[in-house]
Amino acid sequence: MELIAFYILAAIVTVSAVCVIAAKNPVHSVLWLILTFFTSAGLMVLIGAEFLAMLLVVVYVGAVAVLFLFVVMMLDVDFVELKQGFLSYLPFGALMGIAFIAEIALATFARGTAANSFNPYPGAENNAEAIGQVMYTDYLLLFQMSGLILLVAMIGAIVLTLRHRPHVKRQSVAHQTARRRKDAIRRIDVKSGEGL
Amino acid sequence: MSAFIQEHGLLFGWLTVIGQILLFTIVLLLSLAFLLLMDRKVWAAVMMRKGPNVVGPFGLLQSFADFGKFLLKEIIIPAGANKTVFILAPILSLTLAFAAWAVIPVAPGWVVSDLNVGVLYLFAVSSLGVYGIIMGGWASNSKYPFLGSLRSAAQMVSYEVSIGFIIITVILLVGSMNLTNIVANQDGGFWTWHVFSFNHILLFPVMLTMFVMFFISALAETNRPPFDLPEAESELVAGYQVEYSSTPYLLFMIGEYLNIVLMCAMMTILFLGGWHGPIPFGEDFVANFPLWLVNLGHLAWFMGKVVFFFFLFALVKAVVPRYRYDQLMRLGWKIFLPTSLAAVLIVSGYVVYMGVQA
Repeated sequence: MELIAFYILAAIVTVSAVCVIAAKNPVHSVLWLILTFFTSAGLMVLIGAEFLAMLLVVVYVGAVAVLFLFVVMMLDVDFVELKQGFLSYLPFGALMGIAFIAEIALATFARGTAANSFNPYPGAENNAEAIGQVMYTDYLLLFQMSGLILLVAMIGAIVLTLRHRPHVKRQSVAHQTARRRKDAIRRIDVKSGEGL
Repeated sequence: MSAFIQEHGLLFGWLTVIGQILLFTIVLLLSLAFLLLMDRKVWAAVMMRKGPNVVGPFGLLQSFADFGKFLLKEIIIPAGANKTVFILAPILSLTLAFAAWAVIPVAPGWVVSDLNVGVLYLFAVSSLGVYGIIMGGWASNSKYPFLGSLRSAAQMVSYEVSIGFIIITVILLVGSMNLTNIVANQDGGFWTWHVFSFNHILLFPVMLTMFVMFFISALAETNRPPFDLPEAESELVAGYQVEYSSTPYLLFMIGEYLNIVLMCAMMTILFLGGWHGPIPFGEDFVANFPLWLVNLGHLAWFMGKVVFFFFLFALVKAVVPRYRYDQLMRLGWKIFLPTSLAAVLIVSGYVVYMGVQA
């Protein structure tokens, strides 16, 4: 039963991953990429890593890929131009692909069969607890450090793009709500025929 | 589920699961028909109109008449549209809206799949809902739908963040991501419901704020007024669904309303005690009753709460004017995000120092 599910999911992952590079339309590529992410989450559920699977869907499919799609949709891509450099890039792409496959094979053979290498954390009741143990107990310092680095990177990105233009009218909500009737309305007796 | 299958054999187990799914689907669709009518009736009542009142007594069959109309009309696909994605978008929208209901417990033990990471699953599936809208808007190959879908994507992604943090406060209080456990944590009468949490009196103001923020975020997440900018008819004609007609439009609409009901159910489960009544008495009285009868009573409480929230959604639609887009973003990022972050900090501090969890 699980084996059938695995092969179905694995086949979908492989086909959609190939389609990511094969699709002519970049938006279609991103949609295939989303399918790949989603199906890999299914594979993770199969090996009992349901927490990781949900996180993959929430973070990658729900947030990162949305922004991808967002950007790709708004690009004005010339498909003909996009296809032109294909042959000259092919050797490099193939080289990278071969390197990837070699690395995965190395890792798999070094660790034995794949099924054994995904044992849950010993002593933990479930997946979420195991990840929590590793991240917040065993490697707390490293985890906090990586968080700090990310924070710095985020602030850096904001500083790089923050630009105050001088003559822009902005809404100040506090100012608006503090405004009272007497600040805004004045009663004037207008004599007829004269105007203001 | 797997334990159940081992107990009763593969075939029977699968048949039961499929039966449960079918039952959920049918009950949901049927109640949706009347909720849709209720939405329109409430809206009409606020404006001192009568609302739909021609088809059937009090217009009760209006939704079914609309359903027939949608099905019988011609499906129009714009010439410049990306056909596959155009058709796929509403299907995806509806499928995801239904898929989320798999983990919603409506009464003790009455749930299709009692996942350990139930809340995360709900969060994940509801965050996928945005794809139906983006794909639909893009595939239409038209300006207004595209603008609508871009707005909707930005809006849903921003409000998901605060929804996530609000859910975390509840998870911290319960110590479990299982929805059944979350409901079980609120079984001691209305004062133990997370919205009041009088048993952790220090947290009362925090959780009440979280509840109100969840309600507002839910309005934004489901693109309901006053946050219905993705389909603001004064600016964008009808947003991402301008080019849709007939059945694809119907699928979009059912998906949208299912998501609204789902948000109501989430509020019920996370904050309002799920299937529990407000005062826990009569446990001994019903002890000799058959289980299904007791569960039906629980189901009635659950549905009552969901309908109450749906009523609030409908009321908000009728009485609140539409937000401006920059105000919407300001509310999400500058007010809700810091507040919910602070709440996570407060609740986790409380949980650690008062030793709430077992």
